[in-house]
Amino acid sequence: MNPEPEQPNHDEARRTFLKQSSLLTAFAFTPGPVLQAAAAEIDEKVASAFEKVPVRLDINGQKHKLSIEPRTTLLDLLREQLGLTGTKKGCDYGQCGACTVHIDGKRVNSCLTFAVMQEGKEITTIEGLANGDKLHPMQEAFIKHDGFQCGYCTPGQIMSAVACIREGHADSDDEIREYMSGNICRCGAYANIVSAIQEVKNGGQKV
Amino acid sequence: MNQFQYVRPTKQKAAIDALAKDANAQIIAGGTNLIDLMKRGVMAPQKLVDINKLPLNKIERDGSNTRIGALALNGVVAEDKLVLEKHPLLAQALNAGASAQLRNMATVGGNMLQRTRCHYFYDTALPCNKREPGSGCGALEGFNRMHAIFGFSDKCIAVHPSDMSVALVALDATVLVSGPKGDRRIPFIDFHRLPGDTPQKDTNLEPGELITAVDIPDAPFTKNVHYLKVRERASYAFALVSVAAALNIENNTIKDARLAMGGVAHKPWRLTEAEKSLVGKPATEETFRQAAEVAMRGAKAFKYNQYKLKLAPNSIVQALKTAAAVA
Ligand SMILES: Cc1cc2nc3c(=O)[nH]c(=O)nc-3n(C[C@H](O)[C@H](O)[C@H](O)COP(=O)(O)OP(=O)(O)OC[C@H]3O[C@@H](n4cnc5c(N)ncnc54)[C@H](O)[C@@H]3O)c2cc1C
Ligand code: FES
Ligand code: FES
Repeated sequence: MNPEPEQPNHDEARRTFLKQSSLLTAFAFTPGPVLQAAAAEIDEKVASAFEKVPVRLDINGQKHKLSIEPRTTLLDLLREQLGLTGTKKGCDYGQCGACTVHIDGKRVNSCLTFAVMQEGKEITTIEGLANGDKLHPMQEAFIKHDGFQCGYCTPGQIMSAVACIREGHADSDDEIREYMSGNICRCGAYANIVSAIQEVKNGGQKV
Repeated sequence: MNQFQYVRPTKQKAAIDALAKDANAQIIAGGTNLIDLMKRGVMAPQKLVDINKLPLNKIERDGSNTRIGALALNGVVAEDKLVLEKHPLLAQALNAGASAQLRNMATVGGNMLQRTRCHYFYDTALPCNKREPGSGCGALEGFNRMHAIFGFSDKCIAVHPSDMSVALVALDATVLVSGPKGDRRIPFIDFHRLPGDTPQKDTNLEPGELITAVDIPDAPFTKNVHYLKVRERASYAFALVSVAAALNIENNTIKDARLAMGGVAHKPWRLTEAEKSLVGKPATEETFRQAAEVAMRGAKAFKYNQYKLKLAPNSIVQALKTAAAVA
């Protein structure tokens, strides 16, 4: 059998290309035919079925002016249009927690909300958690405690874990398990995830 | 997913007008049920009326009621001081539902209007009278282990999945709605419907009506309460059977009781006869067993949900024991 020829890293190149091109489309801000309804009483913003809606979002501290189709979920906007692929799509139906992000500081499933509904909100994704090159304490703790195996659920777990402590729901192993139940890990790293959260909680660092 | 028009009114009247103008318009609040169903093609509204800019999220006192706005988030209500003090049963039921993330999105109005989790309803390739009237009920002769044991019809045997609603029906809540013909109040017990011949209608809400709030009257059910939810994993799963139990006990005698079940019928299932059977009796396991027997009168199971005929009464006894702190 022939030895495998050396492969250039097509995947990496493709990813970068996709990210760049999708960023370009996302930023090419078209005001779009947004109508203020004619009837005086209807103070509604209207987007017809095929129109894009202008949306302003603050994502990881960066202001974005976007033009999006109403049926785009926040998850798809982040991944497909903005190239923020840290947030994962596990189920797309609210059943796994892989897509967990913070909106105005609260953890939510980004697969079950339309991006247009978040007009003016502050979104934090896993990419916005670290401080430059310095990992967030929860990221450090997940590495130290082996809080993952394949890593697919991990961004969601970490976003959820940070919120769990901020909410004050990490006082015992049982409480952590209950309040982390919205994040499924098919590799079963649960025990180590609980340890990671306990360490950050008990370490008293600011999360 | 189908494309749709999107409107975001800032005034209640504009929202109602937008709904009234268009039979295919649908309100969106948290979106956690509607978006799920839209992705699967189970629901395909042509217009979405986003009500999140309406000022409907307050939790406040109104005379001898607690008034909870339709847009109050499930997670916020569950941890609200007023709710915890006056209606702890509601807080328990909310916390038993979904996940922390979903409770941060789900609203009170959306929760009571969430659709059934019946697989035949969810799978557009299968028959379901609720999704497509006249296509038949796949669950009747099919895989029906999650299904109803009370109040079903030969058209539909689905159950209502909400935990919050089980507590609200037990607590004698009232739903406040506003529509093209004005405002009205619907007692919670009459809000959801039994399937009968029109299972496509889950509730008695009229087209174009918007839920604005829910009122919960003060009652002496602040201490001896318990929401028991039996499910297939410890958290983040819908109820097989759930029980909302509230007792007012004085000198070990039950003065008053409220009892309702979830996961057993097309609507949150209030157990008035069982409540009556508890009043005046001592708070003992014996009393609770008798009440559970009364509660189960008329129950009928299908091929795969026979287990509910045992699980339900046992859950009632367990919930009442926990509420009464009887070992
Ligand atoms: C994975 C998963 C697990 C879940 N587990 C549970 C559980 O264990 N227990 C439980 O109880 N629930 C559970 N849920 C369901 C969840 O509670 C509901 O999806 C949520 O409460 C719906 O609220 P919403 O605001 O997101 O509604 P939306 O999805 O926005 O709306 C639902 C429906 O209500 C209508 N509507 C909303 N607000 C109003 C209003 N003010 N007036 C008139 N109509 C209105 C909409 O038009 C729509 O038809 C779960 C959901 C998921 C995805
Ligand atoms: S991808 Fe959103 S919960 Fe699974
Ligand atoms: S680490 Fe693989 S799914 Fe959690």
